[in-house]
Amino acid sequence: MKYMLMMNTPGGGPYQIASWPTQDIRAHIAFMKDFAQKLGASGELVAAEGLAGPDQAKLVRAGKDGRPITDGVFPEAKEFLAGYWIVDVESAERAYAIAAQASAAPGPGSAPLNMAIEVRQVMSGPPEDWV
Amino acid sequence: MSGEGEPEERERRARIDAMLRELAPQVLGAVIRRFRDFAASEDAVQEALIVAAARWPQGGVPEDPRAWLIRVAARRMVDHVRAETARRRREELVVSLVPPEEQLALGPDDDAAKAGDDALLLLFMCCHPALSTPTAIALTLRAVGGLTTAEIARAFLVPEATMAQRISRAKQTIGDSGVPFERPAPEDAARRLGAVLHVLYLIFSEGYAASSGERLQRTDLSGEALRLARMLHGLVPEDTEAAGLLALMLLTDARRAARTGPDGELIPLDEQDRSRWERAAIAEGVALLEATLPRGAVGPYQLQAAIAAVHDEASSTAETDWPQILALYGLLQKMSDNPMVALNGAVAAAMVHGPAAGLARLDELAKDPRLVEHHRLDAVRAHLLERAGDIDGAIAGYRRAAARTTSLPERSYLLERAARLGAAPHER
Repeated sequence: MKYMLMMNTPGGGPYQIASWPTQDIRAHIAFMKDFAQKLGASGELVAAEGLAGPDQAKLVRAGKDGRPITDGVFPEAKEFLAGYWIVDVESAERAYAIAAQASAAPGPGSAPLNMAIEVRQVMSGPPEDWV
Repeated sequence: MSGEGEPEERERRARIDAMLRELAPQVLGAVIRRFRDFAASEDAVQEALIVAAARWPQGGVPEDPRAWLIRVAARRMVDHVRAETARRRREELVVSLVPPEEQLALGPDDDAAKAGDDALLLLFMCCHPALSTPTAIALTLRAVGGLTTAEIARAFLVPEATMAQRISRAKQTIGDSGVPFERPAPEDAARRLGAVLHVLYLIFSEGYAASSGERLQRTDLSGEALRLARMLHGLVPEDTEAAGLLALMLLTDARRAARTGPDGELIPLDEQDRSRWERAAIAEGVALLEATLPRGAVGPYQLQAAIAAVHDEASSTAETDWPQILALYGLLQKMSDNPMVALNGAVAAAMVHGPAAGLARLDELAKDPRLVEHHRLDAVRAHLLERAGDIDGAIAGYRRAAARTTSLPERSYLLERAARLGAAPHER
């Protein structure tokens, strides 16, 4: 079963990570690299991407003539997707366990961030029992 | 060769490919039998197959293709171990390896029966209960089916690197777990064969559930399961459940063309265009069942096949022998605790005794903790409520089921049914 694990970040400015001490930034990046590498080695990783910071995000709507109207500079309260993993695992419990690992990624002062990772199943083809 | 057209050459390559696929598990079995190293044997056989696929179309097929492949694979094994040893210890080959001058003796002692036996043992090995189900599936497709890693990855919609890792780990697990390459003990045989049947059934189900975009790959997967089930039936012709599984696959696969609409949407059994069913496959499945059922050792696969046969032989939903299907589900429920079986039984009960009877069964089933809040229970109940004339209840049920299913085509189907009912009566 495939699950998407989503890491969110508060909107408004650039990623908070940009303001951390250098060694904390390095530790965080190293953690994420190692995390993805382990998922690859276990044969569970389907996809993983990091997205550009929320300060670079645009909201696009179609104008009356169909042409895109872009809107930027968002209120602080909005949350944005920072990155995601898609994993193929045998149970929801395994997906949650992986998400918990991601959640504990280190932040400033090497303390685990304990971010909330949203986990949702990716919809698939028809079910087995349709037969 | 000169003067040969492109289509002829393509056909020759296709024939050689089919031959190699058929020989692959026999060759792998023979090599494992001698060298006892699953992972390394699998690599060596792969290399031999690649050489054959490259050389045979132009250079011709050897007189004994299986012996050729075994020889080449064995040579690769020896080279591999030699290189490993040299790298590690820079010493000569240890005694446990077959001396070079005996290499050519490998192979010719294989007759067809022994080769079949090796393929069967390989199947037992790949489906060993010690392995997790996804592992067994990937390994079976690779080692017995001869699919490439890329093909398996595409079938399961994961990147090739991910599947490569899984297969590599699976091969490691076989080595570490000490799963032996030998016939299961007689007291274990039924359970082990059951594990093989289960894996093949899962591969078939994955393939049969062809989703719109990836239809091609998925069709190959159910076709592959059919091929392996046929091979297995040929290897254990006396086993009634293996025959039952093959019959079930034939009778189910026969409906494949009618199951999916032009936009990839799912068409349920009662709305399928039966003229698109494969009559030859149905005939073969029915004949196989008729030869098997009288043998007496009736199991779940035979019963499921019998139910499929009753459906496949009817020209319409109305003409279907529902009492027979209901009786068969009754028998199946005695053997199988699967709540899905009970759900289908409820549908059959409704067809025979009316929707209220089916709904009463669902009320009982709703107490099963495995089915609580399960979308299929809601979906089936919605169908029966619709038949009973409770339109509002049906719409609510379809929508509830749609919200909970994780299958996109099923969700579309359920929402559409709800919408159809919600429309004014003359629009339905």
